[in-house]
This record gives sequence, structure tokens and C-alpha cells, in this order.
Amino acid sequence: MRKRINILKQIDWFTIGVFLMLAVIGWLSIFSSSWEGIGDSMFEPGSRQMKQAVWVGLSFLMIILVFLIDSKFFSAFAYVLYGLVILSLVAVLVFGKEVNGARSWFELGNFRFQPAEFAKIFTSLALAQLLTSFQFDLKKIKHLLWAFVIILIPVAMIILQNDTGSALVFFALVIVLYREGMKSTYLFIALAAVLLFVLSVLISPGWVLAGSAFVLLALYWLNEHDNKGFFVALIVATGIVVVLFLLKQREILNLGFGWIVTIAVLVTLLSLLPGMLRARRNTALVLSAILLGTFVYINTLDYVYYNVLQSHQRDRIEHTLGLKDDPLGIGYNVNQSKIAIGSGGFSGKGFLQGTQTKFDFVPEQSTDFIFCTIGEEFGFLGAGLVVLLFATLLVRLIMLAERQRSKFSRVYGYAVVSILFFHITINIGMTIGLMPVIGIPLPFFSYGGSSFMAFTLFLFIFLRLDANRLEIFR
Amino acid sequence: MNKPEPRTYVIAAVIVIVSVILLVRLFFLQVLSDEYEVSALNNSQRHIIQYPPRGIIYDRDSIILVSNKAGYDLMVIPQQVKIIDSLRLANALGIDKESFRERLAEASFYSRFQPSIFYKMLSAEEYAGIQEILYDYEGFYVQPRVMRQYADEVGAHFMGDIGEVNDNVIAADAYYRMGDYAGVNGIEKYYEKSLRGKKGVKIFLVDAHNRIKESYKDGKFDTLPEAGKSLVSSIDIDLQEYGERLFVNKIGGLVAIEPETGEILALVSSPGYDPNLLVGRNRGYFYDSLLNAPNKPLFNRAINSAYPPGSTFKVVQAVIGLDENLISTSTSIPCNKYWVNCHNHPPATSVTKAVQFSCNPYFYEVFRRMVQRGYEKSIFRDSPIGLDMWKEKVVLFGFDQSLDIGLPSVSSGQIPGSDYYDALYGQYRWAFSTIYSLSIGQGEILATPLQLAHFAAIIANHGYYYTPHVVKSVGEEGKEAKYRKKYILPFKSEVYPPIVEGMKNAVNAPHGTAGLARVKDVTVCGKTGTAQNPHGEDHSIFMAFAPMENPKIAIAVYVENAGYGGTWAAPIAGLMIEKYLTDTITNKWGEERILNANLIPETADEKED
Repeated sequence: MRKRINILKQIDWFTIGVFLMLAVIGWLSIFSSSWEGIGDSMFEPGSRQMKQAVWVGLSFLMIILVFLIDSKFFSAFAYVLYGLVILSLVAVLVFGKEVNGARSWFELGNFRFQPAEFAKIFTSLALAQLLTSFQFDLKKIKHLLWAFVIILIPVAMIILQNDTGSALVFFALVIVLYREGMKSTYLFIALAAVLLFVLSVLISPGWVLAGSAFVLLALYWLNEHDNKGFFVALIVATGIVVVLFLLKQREILNLGFGWIVTIAVLVTLLSLLPGMLRARRNTALVLSAILLGTFVYINTLDYVYYNVLQSHQRDRIEHTLGLKDDPLGIGYNVNQSKIAIGSGGFSGKGFLQGTQTKFDFVPEQSTDFIFCTIGEEFGFLGAGLVVLLFATLLVRLIMLAERQRSKFSRVYGYAVVSILFFHITINIGMTIGLMPVIGIPLPFFSYGGSSFMAFTLFLFIFLRLDANRLEIFR
Repeated sequence: MNKPEPRTYVIAAVIVIVSVILLVRLFFLQVLSDEYEVSALNNSQRHIIQYPPRGIIYDRDSIILVSNKAGYDLMVIPQQVKIIDSLRLANALGIDKESFRERLAEASFYSRFQPSIFYKMLSAEEYAGIQEILYDYEGFYVQPRVMRQYADEVGAHFMGDIGEVNDNVIAADAYYRMGDYAGVNGIEKYYEKSLRGKKGVKIFLVDAHNRIKESYKDGKFDTLPEAGKSLVSSIDIDLQEYGERLFVNKIGGLVAIEPETGEILALVSSPGYDPNLLVGRNRGYFYDSLLNAPNKPLFNRAINSAYPPGSTFKVVQAVIGLDENLISTSTSIPCNKYWVNCHNHPPATSVTKAVQFSCNPYFYEVFRRMVQRGYEKSIFRDSPIGLDMWKEKVVLFGFDQSLDIGLPSVSSGQIPGSDYYDALYGQYRWAFSTIYSLSIGQGEILATPLQLAHFAAIIANHGYYYTPHVVKSVGEEGKEAKYRKKYILPFKSEVYPPIVEGMKNAVNAPHGTAGLARVKDVTVCGKTGTAQNPHGEDHSIFMAFAPMENPKIAIAVYVENAGYGGTWAAPIAGLMIEKYLTDTITNKWGEERILNANLIPETADEKED
């Protein structure tokens, strides 16, 4: 009895308050988006909002269950639970039901259930357990690779289910690794890779390569303060470019633009080598290696982009980058969604008064595009409030994570933060045209029982760990 | 507590920055830009289509042939329906409760929020019957439409009809929406773009329940419908009516043309039908029954029944023979019945007499001279050359051509050339002896009543023509340019008088073949023909024009299964000519004879040899 009261006192009621507000707004949005007219009751049996209500109720029971379980259970059984969820991901590939082209659902009577939603929780637990291992150090490549193995196994299974969106979510866990000491170089490389990708789709691989080569030359100059060497190098590089271009025009050696620039800069950098070696500096070598890496990366990317990605995936990427304007085709969802949100104005049209989300103008309005309903009916005030509530929740969770004495709890807390953050950014960004259309739900909002339950469980396991933080000593 | 970890702040900062980006974007989208608000208005407007009145069709004397009456589609928006007493509305519409439920279910299946047609094409009277009770039925409303109304029961074939557009039409022309009407036949189809006008639209705002709230921007963006253009047809409706009356109980068609303008005065196809049958809700039912009726009443024989023109075609041979100097006006050819049979007649000592007596051996010889020119020694190599030279001339008269007369799908008939016989027998495996029946218009030649009438008009005009047409004037623009263009055939002008003389004698001289076409005080020129019909009695054919001195009407008549051309087709042509020129009928006996004749094969009790 004494312990019970203790726990209740330790629970972070602030987070629970934010959670409840989000859940209530989310449920009302589902009701509004499936409401068909005055005749429809809010408590219509069999309606979407009532089905969702059943799941919400079940989730609340789950919360109680989580608080009844000893908090050590989660660390002790982390790998076991992880193993079980991987098994269920395999099972769904065999026994699952295909919905919208993705074989990622178990069907039990009227209710469908998506194990990938729960995989996030148990992958996070397993990751937390791994990072807590004795002498585990993310700065060591081997240990970092282990962490990636934990993350990539569910990713592979979910990609096999043909649910790329849900698989991408797991990469958000890189944030956790960053917080726990992964070398930031890797993060920079990852960011550079994304940047190079976006640029080479936007401009062209050849120009991006040329640009990278130029940046690297500039880096050399900045790093070495070797004016003479730099200008000689620049002249040499220009000379090589001119020669290769002439050869290209005479059709003697037909090289692409990217090749020409890369060869020129590479030759130039290497020509600087002898001088550098004498000065015992390896800048030119490192830069040459980077340039070569970039060259290989961009050409691989080019190949993957046109030969591996499916055309609808290319379309989505190009549409988000503003390269394609096709409001009735691929851009239809996003355009209708922007219209719905934009038409909400400052204060919205009022609850149930949305015209865009009512008449099926916006597809998937109660699942992936649920944010439209809020944007249209409650305007900037409502949509802004939801964004602020989410931001508040995330920042609060970071604070909670940082106050943990146990590394396990902290890692898990950051996992919750990263994955929620990813979902929120992608989902809301998608409805307002900032992100490509990736079909992942908005936490606590989107219609779908397993999604709501999984996010609730995800969050409350952390709150459970947090409530016990004082009992654990390092 | 842990010591502060800098990366914590990096992560928190990223979250805050992303949230701010989302907020800023939302602010731009929702508060600063009104672009999307306008789009949303488009989404939540309801466009009510205003259908324009369709163009009226007049006859050549400005008598209204086709006009409009209002029709009403009863529309339903299932989502708004609150039924108090479905039986009352069902009874008012004359349908049972079951059908009422089915219609509602069908509409719901299409869309709960969009209007669909509940009951098609109520007449004004039917609408009046339900109008007063419709107020009690939320979710139902009436969409006015335009229905056609025909002044008379004649002329169905050339006027044509309108019907609901199908998917192909909608795909081909963005103007049409599901449920719109467009011409499907006759003038209605050919002149669809002129007749249909332009739809207007009234824009209303709808609330979240798709109910009309108010006019959008006080009607600033509404457009008024533009009425369709009226057409003046060249048809003389009295003559048309008389022609259809003469054809009662006969199968066939006739075409009458004003030679000096090319205007078509009458275009009869028998059996016909009452055009009012194909209007409104029961269109589908009547259309199907007409489609399956005996003797195909929907088939427009005047422009589509192509038969061998028989002896009428001898006139074509005469023109070409004279023009090519293969014969002269005084060429005499003995009536040698060895190759082709002939009836007994005085000797054909000139081309005039040959036309008058319709001498078969004469035109056999003329055609032989045309086909066997002697360019090649072998007749198998010579005949194709001659035949193609001949065909080149024949098609100038509009044979083997689909004449663009202002009606859709006009048959082209057929004039065989060397390619035709090469395909049939093989190259150099046929000669004049294979194809000689062409000389007297039999065999593989096919011509429609329209083509023969057009040909008669050309002869009447001594070699010029205007493309025949059924519409004299479109809207304010008057006659279309293509019908104002005069064509002159490249034949010598002296070829026509002896032929016209022969046609005059065929009707008026004692030994002519077409005495029954005579008209009191009018010189009718004509030529009979008999189309051999392998399936039964021959078809009776006659072409004529009158008066000879100043032709006002050219006509071709086909009466199917009626035997010799002089017996039935000629008197019908005579009556039509008298009716048109004098507006009276002096030959009461002849008129009675035609009106009482029943020449439909199954029930025929009167046949001629």
C-alpha cells in the first residue's frame, strides 16, 4: 500500500495531462472526419469513433497493467520481448492480411492489428538493454554495429511487408545513439549524404559533384593557407577540365560532366601530395578520399534512384522537392490536404463544420491525413495548439529522460522522444507539403487501434520507468 | 542528476526548430495566404447547370418542324432525404413502392452527397402533378431539361433525334456531362454544335451538409445559357408529307432536289415513324421496338439503300459516250438481242431514241466502246484501262461518293473499277464480257435515291450542280459556304440537249417507257429503271426533273419489290412533281391508285410483271 501511494506521487502527471489532451482532441477529430451529417450520433455503434473508443479503453487498461508490473521486468525481459516481436513480424509475413499492398496486419474478427507498431517499443527496450551492457561504448565501431543490428532487423522485416514508411521510423533511433555518444562524424556523414541526395535530384549529379569538388578545394585552401599551391592547383584543374571538354567535343573521350570535374580535382589534389608529404600533412589525401567517396556515392545513388526505386516513390520525392506539379495526380492528396488546412484560416470553421474533410475531398482523412480535420475546423489556433502540445510533450520527455539515474531508462526515454518526433514531423509535414507522403500515423490522433495502443504503451512504459527512478542507483 | 550533456540541448533545439518551422508554415498556409481559401470555395460550391433551349428547325417556308418543350428530371440527394410518406410520392410518379426503394438505393450507391437522377424526363403535366407535394420531400428537387417537340409526324429520318450521351461522346467532347442530351441522328446530329447552344451555370455555396446557402458572390460568376442556333431546312414540309403519304404501305425512298440550288425539297424513307416516339422517358423502349420492327423503319433508305440503278444509268452512259465522241447524236445501233435482251421497240436511230426506248443493246455497244479502247491488243489488258477511264467520269456525278448533304452517315454506293474486278477475278482475268451488265446499270453498280436525284439535277442543269443539302440557313449566318459553291462538270455542253430530249420523250411520247409520270401542262423528263433483286421482286426506280425548260425539281424514287420502274416509281414521281409545281393534283385516278396500293411483299395482293 505504501509503495502504491509512492508511485502515484512519482508519476509525471504533467506528461499524462498533455497526453490526455492530445488523445481527446484526436478522438474528436476522428469523430468529425467520419461524421456524415446531422443524423449521425457521436456514439453510433460500429462507427469509427466508437471502434477507436474501444481501443482507447483497452489502452487505458494496458496503462494500469504497465503500472502493476515491476519496472525491472522491462529491462530483464527486453531481449525476450524483442525476440517475440521479431517472430510476430515473421508470422505476419506468412499469416498476415494484405491491406493497401502491405502485408502487415493480423486480422482478428473485426479488429486488425499491426505488429510493426509494437516493434518500435520492443526494439527500443532492446536497444536500451544493449547500450546498458557492461563496458558498452558507442565510439567503438563494433559496438555501434551491434546497435545497428538491433535496429535493422525489424527494419528488414517491415520492408519485406512492403511498408517502407513504418520501416523508416526506426532510423529515428539514430538520435538516441547520438545522445549516447556516437561519433558526430557519422551524423555529419549521414546529413551530408541526405543533402547530396536532395541536391542531386534537384539539380543534377554532375553539378553536385562539381560543387562538392569546388567545396573540397576551398577547404584545402582554408585549411592549408597555401595560396601559391592553391592557385597552381586551380590552374591545373581548369586546364584538365578544358582538355577533357575538348576531347569530349571531338568525341575522342566522351566523359560526363561529373567525371570530368572529379578527375580534374582528383588529379590536382594528388599533385599537391608530394609537397604535403614533405610538410607531413595529409589534408590533400583526406580530401581526395572524400571526393572519391562522394563520386561513388552519387553515382550509386543515381543508379538506385532510377533503377531500384519504384516510380511512385520517385514521384513522391520529386513532388515534395517541388519538381513536379501535378495537383490531380500524385500531388492530389497533398494539394487537397493543403486546401483543407489552408481554408481553416485563423480560427477555423468550427467543430464538424469542415467542408473539405467531410466530402471525401481529402483521402485517408481519418488515418494519415487526420491533421487536416484539425487544421480546417480549428484553424491556425487549433493546429498550432496541437503542434505546441506535441513539442511540449517531447521537450518534457527529454527532461524526464535526463533526470533518470538508470541509463536503461534514459536510453528508452530518448527512443520514445525520437520515434514520436519522427512520426509527428513526417506526418504533419506531409499534410502541409513539407515532407513526402509517407504513410505513417500521427501519434494519438490517427484512426487505428494498434497505432493508438502502441503509442500509449510506448509512452507509459517510460512513465513507469520514470516513476521508479528514485529506486534505482547507478 | 547527471551532469549537463551538450547533446541534450542539440536534440531539444532541433525539436524546437522543427516545431517552429511547422508553425510558421501553418501560419503562412492558414493566415497569410488566401489561395487555399479560394480553392476550398471551389470545392464547396454547387454548380447548377442551366440548359439552353436547343435550336429550332424550320422548313423552307418557315414552318416550325422541331421546337422545344420543358422536361423535368427529378433529382435526389440521398443524404438529405427524410422520407415521411414514400407511397404518396411513388403514387404521384406512378411507380410502386418497390421501384421507389430501388431507385433510392441506386442513387445512394452512386453517391450519398451528389445529386443523381431519380426519375427521368417528367413532362410539364407530370411535373405539375408532383410539384405541390414535392415540398414535403427534403432531398428531392427538379432539374429542368430541354425536350424536343415535333409539330408533325413526318420527316423523322432527316430531322433525326436527340438522346442521352454515352461514355464515348463524353470522352470525345468535354462539353457533355452524364445525363446531357445530344443529337444521335439526322440534322440533330450533323448540326449538333450549332443546335446545342451553350450551357450556363449558376453557382451556389453549399454548407457542410451540401445544402444550398446562397448565390456565390451574388451571381458574379454565373453565366447565362446561350440558346442554340435555329436552322432553316430546305425541306418543303407539305411535299415531304405528301411523299410520305404516297409511300404508305410501300418500302423505299425518294429524294427531291431543287436543281438550281441543290436544296433538298423532300427526303422520304418508308416505312417511317412518328418522331415524337423518340422523345422523353420512353425513348429507349420505342427505340428498341423500332429497331426490331419489320422492314427497319429506322433505316434511312433515301440516303442509305444502295441498289443497282438499272436503266436510269443509261443516261450516264449516254453523257460519257457523247463527250468522248464514242457516239454522235445521230449514231444508230441495231437492237441486237444476242448479248443482252431487250423489249420490242422502234429502232434506236439516235442517242435520243435510245434513251427514249431504253434500248439495252445500244448502251451495251456504247459501254463496249468505252471499255475496249484498243490501247492494248489483249482485251484482258485493254478492259481495265477503259473501265478506269470510264469510272473517272462516272464518279464526277457523285456516284461512289458520300455526299456531304448535312446528314450523318450518307452511303457512297459503288462504282466498280479495275481494282474491284482484279480482287474478284484476278488481274488480267476479266474483260468487257465479264462486266458488260454495267452498261445498263446492273451488276456491281450501286446507287442511292439521293445519288440518282443529284444526277437528275445535274442533267436538268445541263452539267452544273450545288452539293445537295438539307439545311438552307444556320442561325444568322445564312447558307454555309460549302453549299454556295457551284460545280461545273467538264463535259461538253452539247451532250445534254439530245439526252434531255430522250428523257422528255420517255415520259411524253407514245413509245416512251414512263407514260405514268406525265403531268398536265408540265413537260416532265424522266428515265425508268429496274433494279434486279435476287431476293424477290425487282425494285422499281425512276428519276426525273421538270419542267424541261426551267427545271424546278429533280427527283429519284425507289420502290422496293414493286417491279418495273415505269409502273410504280414513275407515277409517284409524277404526283410529287405536280404537287410541288402546282400544289394541286389533277390526276386523281393516279393518286388514288398509288394511295391504295400495298406493295409490301408479305401482304402484297397486287403485283406487276
